Amino acid sequence: MRLSDLLAFTVLTLRRQGFRSAMLVVSLALGVASTTLLVSLGEAARGYVLGEFAFLGSDVVAVFPGRKSTTGGLPPITGTAARDITLEEVDIVQRSVPGVVGVAPLVVGQAPISFQSREREGLVLGVSEDFFRIRQLEVNQGSFWSGMGLEQSAPVAVIGETLRDELFGPRPVLGEWLRVRNYRFRVVGVLKGSADSFGANLAEAVFVPVASAQQVFNVAGLFRLIMQVDPSRPRARIVRDIEARMTELHDGELDVTVVNPDAMVASISDILRVMTLAVAGIAAISLVVAGVLVMNLTLISVQQRTAEIGLLKALGAPARQIRSLFIAEAILLSLLGIATGIAIAAAALLIARETFTDLSWSIPWWALLSVSAVTVLTAVVFAWRPASRAAALQPVAALGRG
Amino acid sequence: MIRLEGIERTFQVGDSTVRALRDIALDISAGEYVSVMGPSGSGKSTLLNVLGLLDRPNGGRYWLNGVETSSLSERELARFRREHIGFVFQAYHLVPRLTAQENIELPLMLAGVAPAERRKRAQASMERLGISDRAHHLPNQLSGGQRQRVAIGRSIIMRPDLLLADEPTGNLDSRSGEEVTELLEELNRSGITLLVVTHDNRLGARAARQLHMLDGRIDSDQPSGTRSGP
Repeated sequence: MRLSDLLAFTVLTLRRQGFRSAMLVVSLALGVASTTLLVSLGEAARGYVLGEFAFLGSDVVAVFPGRKSTTGGLPPITGTAARDITLEEVDIVQRSVPGVVGVAPLVVGQAPISFQSREREGLVLGVSEDFFRIRQLEVNQGSFWSGMGLEQSAPVAVIGETLRDELFGPRPVLGEWLRVRNYRFRVVGVLKGSADSFGANLAEAVFVPVASAQQVFNVAGLFRLIMQVDPSRPRARIVRDIEARMTELHDGELDVTVVNPDAMVASISDILRVMTLAVAGIAAISLVVAGVLVMNLTLISVQQRTAEIGLLKALGAPARQIRSLFIAEAILLSLLGIATGIAIAAAALLIARETFTDLSWSIPWWALLSVSAVTVLTAVVFAWRPASRAAALQPVAALGRG
Repeated sequence: MIRLEGIERTFQVGDSTVRALRDIALDISAGEYVSVMGPSGSGKSTLLNVLGLLDRPNGGRYWLNGVETSSLSERELARFRREHIGFVFQAYHLVPRLTAQENIELPLMLAGVAPAERRKRAQASMERLGISDRAHHLPNQLSGGQRQRVAIGRSIIMRPDLLLADEPTGNLDSRSGEEVTELLEELNRSGITLLVVTHDNRLGARAARQLHMLDGRIDSDQPSGTRSGP
């Protein structure tokens, strides 16, 4: 039998049982749609969480003072360090560990920031020139400072757009002096846009050279140290080298934590994906339910067409051909169900995109592929028994039942 | 062409065993016109089913075109039916959702013949059967006689050697019945071996060779007009 004939014959049969077929397509479509949508939702959530982690930048490792004995999990945020990481040590690490291509030591704190009579409490970030490059930040006025050593302090500052508006209003700001605690800084640049970092908006922050920030907050150590590394070198090796060098500098005691955020993000991503799959798996149960309906429909179809099966056998159709007729019906139904289900899911995503703009909604191709495969497979598996039963009918007995 | 030896067919009905065919021996040559008559339950339909390879005997041997069929697999039996045997049933057994022409094409479709070739052969066949103007009607739009003609068209589309008809006029009025019978006889004259099962004596008497069955045995086997006995 030709495939085109098989298809035409099957379409004719399904149209004859129009309502039953339509209901089955709907139930398959709902299963397909809910499974695809849940995967899509999970992936959107994963994308959102990973986006939140992107503040660390890519191709970086972070060094925190203090040591967590457990592996995994976030290192201590606040200074419980046994010993500070100093700018001098940063300089040594940068020059002695191969693969480190940029360093961004950070000192972070809250302090009153004022200009003339206006004052507000704000985020003060002590950073190096490399920081702006690693985070891919840009100015829309003035420039970042440059040509300064790590340990050099200078009264220069780059401020965020929001902070500029609040302190200076519409007037020009480049060259103006603002006050952080009781230190004075000259504004040399205004940061473009607003990026979230450390749970705060950088548009509300003031950036000063890291050595100056140490003076403002009267600290010798760092909040953390971010290092940009050469992506072509093995990351684990660089982490080990940094640890070894810091241990050496700290008299043989490893009291810093080196975190490879890419690895961390990767494991979080894995966890979220497993959760997505688990939820999708639960939704896929509805596909199995639809499979039972496929079995039911095939059983009814076989029963109603017993005489026809007998006739086809008398006309010389072998058992295999009879079975393939009913399997084809199930496959065609499942394909219709898949198409309808994907259309429903796509429509729902359109609405979701309009409503929840924070998340990036899409249906991953692997979800489409696996949901489709599972649906077709379920249909075939559940149609197999009734179809085989039809194939095994004795022609005489089948013809007799008209 | 057909040779039966010691064919037995038994059915289990409740606790008792019914012997529908008892030790049947029969030879039919190619081109013969044979009628099988007998009262209900005499085994004539069972004989037809065995001859049509729709039913397997419990014992005995059956040669069709020189092939001993009891050792054939399900697949081989299906191929034999497709290529050598045509069936005409009392209840027509047309597929209700297919048009007359599609019903006639059905065996060709199952055999995988290309659509253009199928159409050509079906149209030629309908011409011969006088139902060309009904080609695109569904079975429920046709009269009984027309339906049976479609069924006959379907039974001969594969050009079988053997045509088996089970009460072909049973559901028809006498005029349509006469037409269908003439059609079958015409096919027989063109070379097809024809075997008609009927309990209509008038129809049975037209056959060149008449078998009479009783209680699963062939009671008498007579050429036309010389039948005797009880």
